[in-house]
Amino acid sequence: MSASAPPLLTVSHLRTQFATEAGLVRAVEDVSFTLDAGETLAVVGESGSGKSVTALSIMGLIPKPPARIVSGSIQFDGKELTQLREAELEKLRGRDIAMIFQDPMTSLNPTLTIGTQITETLRRHLGMSAREADRRAVELLEEVRIPRANERLKDYPHRYSGGMRQRVMIAIALSCNPKLLIADEPTTALDVTVQAGVLDLLEELREEHQMAMIVITHDMGVVAEAADDVVVMYAGQIVEQASSLELFDRPEHPYTEALLGALPSLEGERGREERLASIPGRPPDLLDPPAACLFAPRCPFAGLNDYCSVEAPELRELRPGHWVRSAHPASERAAVAV
Amino acid sequence: MSREGKEPLLVVEGLTKHFPVRSGFLVERTVDRVKAVDGVDFAVEQGTTLGLVGESGSGKSTTGYCVLQLLRPTAGSVRFDGRELTELKGEELRRIRREMQIVFQDPYSSLNPRMTVADIVSEPLEVHGSGTRRSRRETVRVLLDVVGFDPSFTNRYPHEFSGGQRQRIGIARALALNPKMIVCDEPVSALDVSIQAQILNLLRDLQRDFGLTYLFIAHDLAVVRAMSDTIAVMNQGRIVEAGPAEQVYTSPQDEYTKALLSAVPVADPRRQRERKAERRRLRHALAEGF
Repeated sequence: MSASAPPLLTVSHLRTQFATEAGLVRAVEDVSFTLDAGETLAVVGESGSGKSVTALSIMGLIPKPPARIVSGSIQFDGKELTQLREAELEKLRGRDIAMIFQDPMTSLNPTLTIGTQITETLRRHLGMSAREADRRAVELLEEVRIPRANERLKDYPHRYSGGMRQRVMIAIALSCNPKLLIADEPTTALDVTVQAGVLDLLEELREEHQMAMIVITHDMGVVAEAADDVVVMYAGQIVEQASSLELFDRPEHPYTEALLGALPSLEGERGREERLASIPGRPPDLLDPPAACLFAPRCPFAGLNDYCSVEAPELRELRPGHWVRSAHPASERAAVAV
Repeated sequence: MSREGKEPLLVVEGLTKHFPVRSGFLVERTVDRVKAVDGVDFAVEQGTTLGLVGESGSGKSTTGYCVLQLLRPTAGSVRFDGRELTELKGEELRRIRREMQIVFQDPYSSLNPRMTVADIVSEPLEVHGSGTRRSRRETVRVLLDVVGFDPSFTNRYPHEFSGGQRQRIGIARALALNPKMIVCDEPVSALDVSIQAQILNLLRDLQRDFGLTYLFIAHDLAVVRAMSDTIAVMNQGRIVEAGPAEQVYTSPQDEYTKALLSAVPVADPRRQRERKAERRRLRHALAEGF
């Protein structure tokens, strides 16, 4: 966001829709954000919030049809990704932009050795010889702390534990020194102690390689640990956007507040006795959503006026760098109450 | 643990479950045993919750199944309401199962997709020959109402509902026979955070209203803390630490418990920065690359 260099990634007004038999599903609606080199952005939301579709849209990996980027632009490193042909995108993917997915059990091919799967990327994108690629594969496995890397290259994925498989996925993702790594729920399938190791590893590697990262997660703890900036998504829209410190200190959107309030805490006074704040109802159907605030039916502050159910609020900047899409952000409610 | 000399509702002693590891071509033989649960002791007082936490493979779910005799333990004792369950068979076991129910993790696969909501909830009543067809229908309405599920949808099928709603159906079914104890096996881990809080509050309300006893099995340490009076931490088939919930969370004694607690990221960036440092220190201390 510095004036001198343009951001590595600029997503503007992205809209992605799915054509279904029942009609158009507005999975991602008017999503914009920027990401600088070396920075980490967390995209947080619940299932169906559009966070994964946003990531897949950037990667050009949405299934077309039924999905389609209806409008908006994705500028990456000076290129407009929405205009690229499939062959050009393919060259970019895995080399400049890499992705790791939630499930390390299914994202590796069970019939190929770990070594084959790592060297495939190296030979394809970097044109290495078989020998060079083998040598580099050992280095990569060592970099993600796989012990006895030399021998373990010849193993098939089933010989690896979940945490080790995710490390292999990270090794493959990093093999071409990508400028951007998109990690979609990278630790959700892992035990917490394994998660801690993977998060540490990602942080170290990111610092070492000055790589930008988008972490897609539902876990506010992971956000607090890993992110510089946060985008909160709800029903396909960005509802709040701020630096991580600002978001946790002063959440503005009623949904963000409720989400943080609904989390049972690990530390502090709040233990067995306190009732958890829950959010009544559930997210709206994205098939033909109303032209209103999509959170209004679950919002404790909607109903203060009619505005919420008849007009869709715009994303507005409450404080420098802190954006919110709500007629009733926390700071304005406080002001009204006084 | 016991008040006024009365034995707790559930007392588990030396519970052990080994699974055979078979190998061999054409003729299989047992070459080894996996000690899934390896000598576990705990007790749960009536009307309270014991939280059983651990990572995958720690043996926590196997422990739950052995308590209910859904898996027969290899050794050890499970006394429920004064009766030794490991010695019960057939009709006797069936009868005591009315008193102990289970709520499963995955509301997507634990409900029969071909049965209506009404059938799912009333099935335990039918199996145990409880009431008439008519009274059962009324019971189902009451149960669904209690768990916050709109009783006018009783003739629909599970796939028509969201995860949270399905979990309510599963809870209503578990309540149908008016049990004393419910084993909750990861009851909220498949649910979104906003829905998870609804279900946790529901479980707490039901405990308060009906004096239910819970064996609450989960991997999420914060969720277990919110639900439990006492905690047992499992690792590799054994309980490594147990005690009052607040004590285990605020001053853990066991190195594994410490490492486990420190590994959970908390939703506070400043605090998490400190915790990260602590976590790395513990990890090096354990010298056991997680």
